[in-house]
Amino acid sequence: MNINILIVGVGGQGTLLASKILGNYATLINKDCKLSEVHGMSQRGGSVVTYVRISDKVYSPLIDKKNADVILAFEELEALRWADYIKDGGMIIINKQNLYPMPVITGKVDYPADIYERVGGYGAQIRNIDALEIAMKLGDLRTVNVAVLGFCAVLLKFDREKFKEAIKNSVPASTFDINLRAFEEGEKRA
Amino acid sequence: MKKLLLGDHAVAQGAYEAGVKVAAAYPGTPSTEITEYLSTFNDIYSEWSVNEKVAMEVGIGASMAGGRALVSMKHVGLNVAADPLFTYAYTGVNAGLVIAVADDPGMHSSQNEQDSRFYGLSAHIPMLEPSDSQEAKDFTKFAFELSEKYDTPVFIRLTTRIAHSRSFVEISKRQEIEFDYKQDIAKFVMVPANARKRHVKVEERERRLASDVNSFDINRIENGKNKIGIICAGAVYQYVKEALPDYPVFKLGFVYPLPVEKLREFASNCDDLIVIEELEPYIENALKSNGISVRGKELTGLQGELSSEKIKEIILGYKVISGKEELPARPPVMCAGCTHRGIYYVINKLKLNAAGDIGCYSLGCNEPLNAMHSLICMGAAIANTHGMEKAKGKDFSKKNIAVIGDSTFVHSGITGLINAVYNRSNITILILDNSTTGMTGHQPHPGTGKTIKNEQTHTLDFEALVRACGVNNVSVIDPYDLDMTESVIKEHIVKDGVSVIIARRPCILLDKTAKFDVAEIDNCRKCGMCLKLGCPAIRKNKDGSVAVDSTLCTACMLCEKVCKFASVKKVGDAK
Repeated sequence: MNINILIVGVGGQGTLLASKILGNYATLINKDCKLSEVHGMSQRGGSVVTYVRISDKVYSPLIDKKNADVILAFEELEALRWADYIKDGGMIIINKQNLYPMPVITGKVDYPADIYERVGGYGAQIRNIDALEIAMKLGDLRTVNVAVLGFCAVLLKFDREKFKEAIKNSVPASTFDINLRAFEEGEKRA
Repeated sequence: MKKLLLGDHAVAQGAYEAGVKVAAAYPGTPSTEITEYLSTFNDIYSEWSVNEKVAMEVGIGASMAGGRALVSMKHVGLNVAADPLFTYAYTGVNAGLVIAVADDPGMHSSQNEQDSRFYGLSAHIPMLEPSDSQEAKDFTKFAFELSEKYDTPVFIRLTTRIAHSRSFVEISKRQEIEFDYKQDIAKFVMVPANARKRHVKVEERERRLASDVNSFDINRIENGKNKIGIICAGAVYQYVKEALPDYPVFKLGFVYPLPVEKLREFASNCDDLIVIEELEPYIENALKSNGISVRGKELTGLQGELSSEKIKEIILGYKVISGKEELPARPPVMCAGCTHRGIYYVINKLKLNAAGDIGCYSLGCNEPLNAMHSLICMGAAIANTHGMEKAKGKDFSKKNIAVIGDSTFVHSGITGLINAVYNRSNITILILDNSTTGMTGHQPHPGTGKTIKNEQTHTLDFEALVRACGVNNVSVIDPYDLDMTESVIKEHIVKDGVSVIIARRPCILLDKTAKFDVAEIDNCRKCGMCLKLGCPAIRKNKDGSVAVDSTLCTACMLCEKVCKFASVKKVGDAK
């Protein structure tokens, strides 16, 4: 498996944990892997991107534009913001959630109404999941990220048992059960 | 065993394996995770020091006594720590001292793009630069050996893309190393008579190292078919390998001193030579001053980060696809329920000028609050405000306030406060005490009563401290109480002398298991008052009315307090 995955969203949505789980999965399938993460102030509700690269040999921790096989977007506007990273024929997985950025809240600009139309212009396959609904049903909003991963793991044909092990290795033991349920609910939507 | 580690964690792992006894730091992105990781080992003493100078002095003490020590900081922290460090470069070490410094090209979370490599040059301290996590670990271990062999502190320089990227690291066992403490006045007491002799030793050491560096194999040549040679180090090496697979590469492990003779040999085998480096033309200028003809900054520019994409554009003329989307920007914001929001709302309402400082509360400068008007460095707010008063007088000060966080106040605000009282200032200072170091990820500090290992310790009493510094006007307020905040600020700001207001409420993110009620808005009159709070949980509907996003709201109820029409109420829907 050689894959470049861009995880995009809003600071606080759990993109970092999602990338750690994917990195752990790379460990379990004996591939080289590099992750580039976002820490610090940019996490406070800002637009965030983490890069996940899995291959036999990885040099740069960054992904070039038009070189991502997959974009996992945790928020719709962020899907569009980073869409120019997708490869022709790649896949963009979008969580159906809107988080309004401050210029929208203050009424300076509108939240775009035509996001899917514009993302469609990048020639990628687009798939949708309502992970927030899953997380709300499970009673823990922090599981949105793992629900998205469950959806993605099916579409990308990841080894299911190894992926569950990767989740187990990456989350605190006390939250493994709820994360596993979020993962399975995500799988069901695929 | 292989582990996928952050560059920061790999430095820590290297220090652990090298038998480090003491690790000290003040948290600073992107260096914070080094000391955090070291604190998980039981056989190492680790601490959050109150600032980088103190951390450096702790590390120096450990090294003098005979225990290997690691001191970590971000680039701007090195400015704070520079004073003891320059002199420790003179004395040399007993057990090894390694300083990990993390630069931030592109300023992901910093106030400038300072290039720490010049500190190697000006302090006469060797500097190594790893290009992935494995090297971060290996170079750290090697740095301790170098430190003792050459009797000098040694730098490990990281950048954000090394510190905050993960790659595989082979884990090894810890090696226990200890040196005896020996009193040595001529070596460790830097009165001028001794320091003059040590300066001679520094130059001897530097000449020896400048020659030896040509034979260290962490500087290596990777051959390629192309006739243009590339010289690079750190993260840039990875971008070069990806962008230019056919080019011969001189990969530097040492960035100070540079292996000039080895580089000269490399140059003689290439038709053209390009230095690819982020930030300043540091390597480029060093080579030019040694008569080696290279190109560099005229191609790569002086700002921001590089990437394989940018290198392809610069060297191969590859066209970078620019983002064509016109989209609403998404700047970072204070969290829903942030304890700082009400303070800035009031500062804005009272039309005050606020001299700010470094922390989450720096976000108060953004729309729609626009209520922080300067930011220079850690701890500057109070002394900046004092300077403003001395330039513009008491009346100006009645419209001016210093804003500083609790951790920042302890870091280097205290001296500014003592200075202001001593020099008969007339200023008002707001200490925003959210009981943590918020921006770097909630590290404890002396005001929290917890150590890095979450052990109980003495809790610094801010009120008593401030009074002991000579401040008589001291008040404590709840920043969620807007009326109290407003009346206390109004009362203090007109007073002569130095006033301190402590706004105290723990950061909303501190309790990760908290479940919140939420606010709800009924019969919105579309006046837009609540939008002035800049709360990410409040959203404006198409018709101009306002709604609350229940997934974000923490029921701080500031919106209820600013709503003139009583349209907001709390609903008990804790999630």
